[in-house]
Amino acid sequence: MSQVMQTAEERRIDTSNMKVSDTDVAIEVIGMHKWYGDFHVLRDINLKVMQGERIVIAGPSGSGKSTLIRCINRLEEHQEGQIIVNGTELTADLKRIDEVRREVGMVFQHFNLFPHLTILQNLTLAPIWVRGIPKKDAEATAMHYLERVKIPEQANKFPGQLSGGQQQRVAIARSLCMQPKIMLFDEPTSALDPEMVKEVLEVMISLAEEGMTMICVTHEMGFARQVANRVIFMDQGQIIEQNEPEEFFSNPQHERTKLFLSQILH
Amino acid sequence: MTDIGFVRSHLEESRPAPHRTSGPLAWMQKNLFASPLDTGLTILGLLFLLWVVPPLFNFFIGHAVFPGGTVEDCRALNAGACWAYIYSEIEFFIYGFYDIDQLWRPNLVFLLGALLLIPLAIPKAPYKGLNAVLFLVVYPIVSYYLLAGGVFGLRVITTEKWGGLLVTLILSVIGITLSFPLGVILALGRQSQMPVIKTLCVAFIELIRAVPLITILFMASIMLPLFMPQGTTVDKFLRALVGVTLFTSAYMAEVVRGGLQAIPRGQYEAAAALGLNYWQRMFFIILPQALKHVIPGIVNSAIALFKDTSLVYIVGMKDLLEAVKTKNDSALEWQSSNTSTTGYIFAAMVFWAFCFGMSRYSIFMERRLNTGHKR
Repeated sequence: MSQVMQTAEERRIDTSNMKVSDTDVAIEVIGMHKWYGDFHVLRDINLKVMQGERIVIAGPSGSGKSTLIRCINRLEEHQEGQIIVNGTELTADLKRIDEVRREVGMVFQHFNLFPHLTILQNLTLAPIWVRGIPKKDAEATAMHYLERVKIPEQANKFPGQLSGGQQQRVAIARSLCMQPKIMLFDEPTSALDPEMVKEVLEVMISLAEEGMTMICVTHEMGFARQVANRVIFMDQGQIIEQNEPEEFFSNPQHERTKLFLSQILH
Repeated sequence: MTDIGFVRSHLEESRPAPHRTSGPLAWMQKNLFASPLDTGLTILGLLFLLWVVPPLFNFFIGHAVFPGGTVEDCRALNAGACWAYIYSEIEFFIYGFYDIDQLWRPNLVFLLGALLLIPLAIPKAPYKGLNAVLFLVVYPIVSYYLLAGGVFGLRVITTEKWGGLLVTLILSVIGITLSFPLGVILALGRQSQMPVIKTLCVAFIELIRAVPLITILFMASIMLPLFMPQGTTVDKFLRALVGVTLFTSAYMAEVVRGGLQAIPRGQYEAAAALGLNYWQRMFFIILPQALKHVIPGIVNSAIALFKDTSLVYIVGMKDLLEAVKTKNDSALEWQSSNTSTTGYIFAAMVFWAFCFGMSRYSIFMERRLNTGHKR
C-alpha cells in the first residue's frame, strides 16, 4: 500500500474524463443468489453499476467477492436472480454468454497468459478469431496497447520470459485489445512482488482516467481511495456496506466493516 | 563487541566460473574410476563386453553369409547369420504376394510417402498446410488406387495379395493418423458437460480398453460377417485397419485426457473470458498445451500400434513378421540352422528402426516445442 501512497504523491489523478453516466447502466444484478453444492456463497446480491463507474470490492477472503465478479462474465453460474450486462441478461444461452464476454474484459490474479503463444499472439488471438479483425490490424492494435502498458519491446517473447508485473500488464493489454466496455479485475496485484504492484496499478489508474467502467476486487486500499467512486464491502456472501471511498474509510457504519478496516489499516 | 553494521563500498563484478577439469582423462576419472566400487564395476563391465561382443560380432558379421553367398555357405558348421537368404527373399518380405511385375506401384507409394512425410516432419520446411492436405487427403486416395488398381488401366490387385512391410506400413500410417484425431475427440467428449456424449465416449473407451486387440480383430474378421446381411463383404484389410485404429484411439484418448487434466483451470477461464467459443478454446489454447505435455504418451501409443499390426496374422494377413515366418517355414531351398533366426532378426531390426525413429523424432519435437514457460 505504501507504493500507492507514493503514487498519490507523484501524480495527481486527471479526473476530466472520469464521468459517471446518470442514465446508462453497465451492469445490473438483481436479487442474485449462488450456491456451491449446498454452500450458499452469494446471497441476495443487488448491484447497479453505471457506465464510467469505478468500483472497488473489498472484504475478507472467502467473502464471495471474486465469485461475484466471476458471475458477471459467467465464469460462474448463478442459480437465482438476474444479471444484466450491457442490456443482455445472462442465462444458460451460450450465444448471450459469448455476447457478454466479448464486451467484458477480465484480469486474473495469476495473469493466465497463454504460455505457448508469444505476447503478440496472446494479444491478437481473440481479436482475430472472435471479432474477425484482419491480422495486420489486430497486430497494430496490440502494439498500441503494449506501448500503453510500456512493454512494446517484449512483443515477441513468451510469457515465461517476463516478470510478474510485466505479465500482468500484458494480461491487461490482452483484455483491452478486445475493446471491452467493462473491465473486471480479480485481485490483479495479489500475486505480485511488492516492487511490481505499482507498475500494474499505474496502468489501472490510467484506464480509470480514460473513463473505463471498472470493477476491481483488490486489497489495495490506496487505489480504492484514489480512483474508486464507490467501495463495496462484502462478508459471508453478502454486500454489507457500500459508500463513497471518503465516507467508507473515515466513517464506516457496520460493525463488520469497522473491524475489517481496523485490521487492514494500521 | 563486534560491529554489525556493514555498507558495501563497491559492487562485485561478475567473472567467469573457475576452470573445470576437462579432457578424456578427467572424464574417465569422473565417470569410470571415481571410487573403488566404480572401478570394480567398470572392470566387470569390460569383462562382460569381452564375453558378449565377439560371438555377436562373429554371428552378425564375422561368420555371416552375405548376399552372393549360397545356401551351402549358410549350412557350414561355423556359419553365422544367413543374410543371403534375406537378400534373395527381400521382395516377399516387403511386398508379400504382390504381382512381381507391378512392384513399381508400391515403390511409387513408398516414394510419395517419403517425399510428403519428410518435409512435414521438418519444422522449417515451408507450405505446411498444403503439405498436410496432400499427405492426409490426397496421398491416401492416390495410394489406394495405385495399389489396388482398377483405374487408368492399372490391373486390379486385391488386398489379399498385399503383404510384408507394405501392409505393416499402410496399417500403421493410416492407423496412427486416424487414431490420433479420434483419440483427441474421444478425450474431449469424455470431459464434455453433455451427459449423452460423455457416456458414449466413456463407454467406448472402457469397452475397447477392456478387450485385447486379438479379440477385436477376431470379432472384426469372424463375427462381423455374421451380423452383416448375406452377400455383403467388407474387405479383410479394411476390417483389420478399423480394428487397429479403434483400439489405439481408445488408448490415445486416455493419454490426451491426462494432458487435458494438466492444464490449469485459469487457461480455460482466460480463454473463455476473451469470448473464444468452445472449439476455439480447445484448438488454440488447451490442446496445443495439453498435447505437448503428452507427446511421450502419444508416441508410446503410436509405437504400440506399429508393433501390434503384426497381430493381423490372426485374420490371415501377411504383415512383415508373418511374411518372414511364412518364408522361414516354406523356403526349403534355404533351409539351414540359422535361416529362420536370421529372418526373425531381420524383422526385429526393421521394427526397431521404425520405432527408434519415432522415438527420436518425438524427443526432438519435445525440445523444439519447449518455450521455456514453466508456470
